Amino acid sequence: MAVAPETGERTLTLTVDGQEVKAIPGDTILTVCRRLGIDIPTLCYDERMEPYGGCRLCLVEVEGARGPVPACAAVVGDGMSVTTMSDKIFKLRKFVIELLLSNHPLDCPVCEAAGDCRLQDYAWEYEVNMTPWGWHPKDFATRDDHPNVARNPNRCINCGRCVRICRDVMGIGCWGFTNRGYETIIDTPYNLPLEQVGCVSCGQCVSACPVGALTHKRSRHDVRIWQTDKTDTICPYCGVGCEFTAQTFRDRLVRVTTEPGQGINNGNLCVKGRFGMEFVNSPDRLTTPMVRNEDGNLVPSTWEVALDRVEQNFKRIKEESGAEAFAGLASAKCTNEDNYAFQKFMRGVIGTNNVDHCARL
Amino acid sequence: MTNSIADIHEADVMLLIGSNTTEAHPVIGIEVVRLLNEGKKLIVADPRKIDLARRAHLHLQLRPGTNVALLNGMMRHILDKGLEDMEFIESRTENYPAFRESIMSATVEEAAEISGVPAEDIRKAAELYATCNNANILYAMGITQFHTGTNNVLAVANLSMLTGNIGRRGTGVNPLRGQNNVQGACDMGGLPDVFSGYQKVDDPAAVAKMEEAWGVTLEDRQKGKTIMEMMRSIDDGEIRALYVMGENPIISDPNQKHVEESLAKVDFLVVQDIFFTETCEYADVVLPACTSLEKDGTFTNTERRVQRVRAALEPREGTMPDWQIVQLIASRMGADWSYTSAESIMTEINQVTPQYGGITYRRLEAKSEQRTPDVVFEETDSCGLQWPCPDEDHSGTPVLHAGRFSRGNGFFSAVEYQKPVEEVSDEYPMILTTGRELVHYHTGTMSRQAPGLNALVPDARLEINPDDARDLGIKHGERVRLTSRRGSIEPFAWVTDRVSPGLVFMPFHFAEAPANRLTVQTLDPISKIPELKVAAVRLEAMNGGSPGAAVEPEEASV
Repeated sequence: MAVAPETGERTLTLTVDGQEVKAIPGDTILTVCRRLGIDIPTLCYDERMEPYGGCRLCLVEVEGARGPVPACAAVVGDGMSVTTMSDKIFKLRKFVIELLLSNHPLDCPVCEAAGDCRLQDYAWEYEVNMTPWGWHPKDFATRDDHPNVARNPNRCINCGRCVRICRDVMGIGCWGFTNRGYETIIDTPYNLPLEQVGCVSCGQCVSACPVGALTHKRSRHDVRIWQTDKTDTICPYCGVGCEFTAQTFRDRLVRVTTEPGQGINNGNLCVKGRFGMEFVNSPDRLTTPMVRNEDGNLVPSTWEVALDRVEQNFKRIKEESGAEAFAGLASAKCTNEDNYAFQKFMRGVIGTNNVDHCARL
Repeated sequence: MTNSIADIHEADVMLLIGSNTTEAHPVIGIEVVRLLNEGKKLIVADPRKIDLARRAHLHLQLRPGTNVALLNGMMRHILDKGLEDMEFIESRTENYPAFRESIMSATVEEAAEISGVPAEDIRKAAELYATCNNANILYAMGITQFHTGTNNVLAVANLSMLTGNIGRRGTGVNPLRGQNNVQGACDMGGLPDVFSGYQKVDDPAAVAKMEEAWGVTLEDRQKGKTIMEMMRSIDDGEIRALYVMGENPIISDPNQKHVEESLAKVDFLVVQDIFFTETCEYADVVLPACTSLEKDGTFTNTERRVQRVRAALEPREGTMPDWQIVQLIASRMGADWSYTSAESIMTEINQVTPQYGGITYRRLEAKSEQRTPDVVFEETDSCGLQWPCPDEDHSGTPVLHAGRFSRGNGFFSAVEYQKPVEEVSDEYPMILTTGRELVHYHTGTMSRQAPGLNALVPDARLEINPDDARDLGIKHGERVRLTSRRGSIEPFAWVTDRVSPGLVFMPFHFAEAPANRLTVQTLDPISKIPELKVAAVRLEAMNGGSPGAAVEPEEASV
């Protein structure tokens, strides 16, 4: 193992697909490969959690190892030699996918996750024979009563990401594996409604699900993922500053999504960030200025009329009582640029330091 | 925050005081859970059995408004045991002797008596905090929203300095800012005493700089008025015109009745918002702004990180970004601003704001593009820039006060416990404390227009202890009447042992049962923050109640 002279950091050297690379002790094969831009398929892996090694899709060959090893869970060693693709690896991965499909509903045309489904992508990429082992789709009848999280356990591949993100990241544990073998289903304790098992409605399980078992309920059968425009922006609720992707279609928001690794939030969001952004679509939004008429009622007007009214009254009051008769409230919800312009207006144009906002509230 | 979200979990011991993190800052709550998963210790000081209190190693269930007594009690024990960090105190701080004397004037037992926290627990907490390598403090409005808010913050800072727990990863004094851009609104000079970058309005050099940049003469060299002072000045007829951009003081400010009277009285009120808020009812002119999902710009989060906000949608027809509306009004008033985009405003901010000197859109965009698919939480360099960032070669500042405090040496301020403004009486025998809840947000302007959130929590809920509910004949889920010296509201009862007997809690998000109709308006003399966390109230069942009613306590998780 080498020690970097500048940082004192220990590094080790391994070979990946014939290429010599440096790594940090503790790195997994998957981490090193992703850094190199080598694509390794994963279903149960989610960088927000400890490696699980359950789906066996990330199998790679390591020289000297007894058999293929899961790249997500195998820690690199000095001098290790890794092969990420070979005929054997291709066949093994294909086999795993075929097994998963043998009890998967194959209802992609009506599945919410189509176009955003790892299983669908890998089945295509590995050119699987759809159901060489026969087809025995699951047929669970289950509760689907959360207002924001749609649940279809028949599409579940038991990767356990929802179980682990709720238990290990959120520290709650709404989901668990119930039953054994073919009958395995991910369910709440005693099949209770989510609201009775401590669910905080964060939808982290939805963000973790690689298939269509847990999806956004409110945008079901609305707009396909490939039809939406995607924009990365910052959540307008609390002060944490989480980044999310706003999926929009024409003039409206369809849903909010995140990827593991996204933003300072690492792809995590709370209930408000994930399910609270629909206010932008509300028909009750203000879309026209309003002015108070002679009868004392606020009535819709035009920008021209409204700005005239502001100008006349601001000028009148400034003339009568001076700048000190003005006060302005900036906003903890608006952008830095909005707030800078606002205080510049109050100070530089009106001429008063009576500027504040609800920082204390 | 003196530190970053990414290093919160690196503390060996965390003192979480006056912050219901998993509800008010849920994604930082994830980091607290991570700290617990890593086997670190958590001390929660909160009047309620909040979610994290149930998971904490020690819950100090103090009476609302007794933070200083509790913290001074902890510091007394640290001094008694000789656990203070003398090396840090001598090399990095000043005024220690006077501070020490004030701490020694009160005993741990007295702190226990005032706060209601057993002396044994105060000692345990002090030892946990003072004997580990790295301890940090997270706090929120449960420290600041008191008429002694400034003293509370000073006491928190004292504890951190006394043990040398500042200036390193996993340490620090970390206030969690409540709103998406409350940090940025302060940074940009949305305050009465400072221009952007906290440059004082009474500093001639700062005034000259702004005059030059803005091409104006600034006549007003005095500190302006804070929100609560503005409302009083309206009453006195001193303030006649009020321009409100994206705020809803009717719901957010204390003593709602007074705010209503002031807004009704002001000669000319302009309200600029995305919805017709409760405050719009009082406006002479209402101007429609677009939402942040239709805006380009930047937000600055609680760890001083400036991040790029990108428009996902065109502004709804008839609306425009707030800065454009401000520019239209400015030009009507004779100014000749020529901003063409949010970025053009940021260019000016870069020039006049030292902390933001190097925070340009070019750099923010370049950082987003650098992001690899394998970025983990520690490597947050790809997200925005943390100020101070004085120039384009500066990579930002994740940890403040490392090696040196901003003012040179850290100053120990001797602070003594003062009682809350209101105490219980025969007429108002209970204490109301207010705050946020998980599903809704601030005045509800956004969250209550989101069907996905309303489906989860449609109504205002008042947390009541099962003993009080039984005594008053109040059933879980039924409407109750809550009255203070300033008004009365009718929320739904949520019977839960999260609150102790004699205490009720309610969020302020709900216009139909506005908690701020009841709250106290008394301000902290320095920060001008109102005492929203303690009000004496009377709770009654409606329709005479149901004596001996079956009470159904609930583990309120949502």
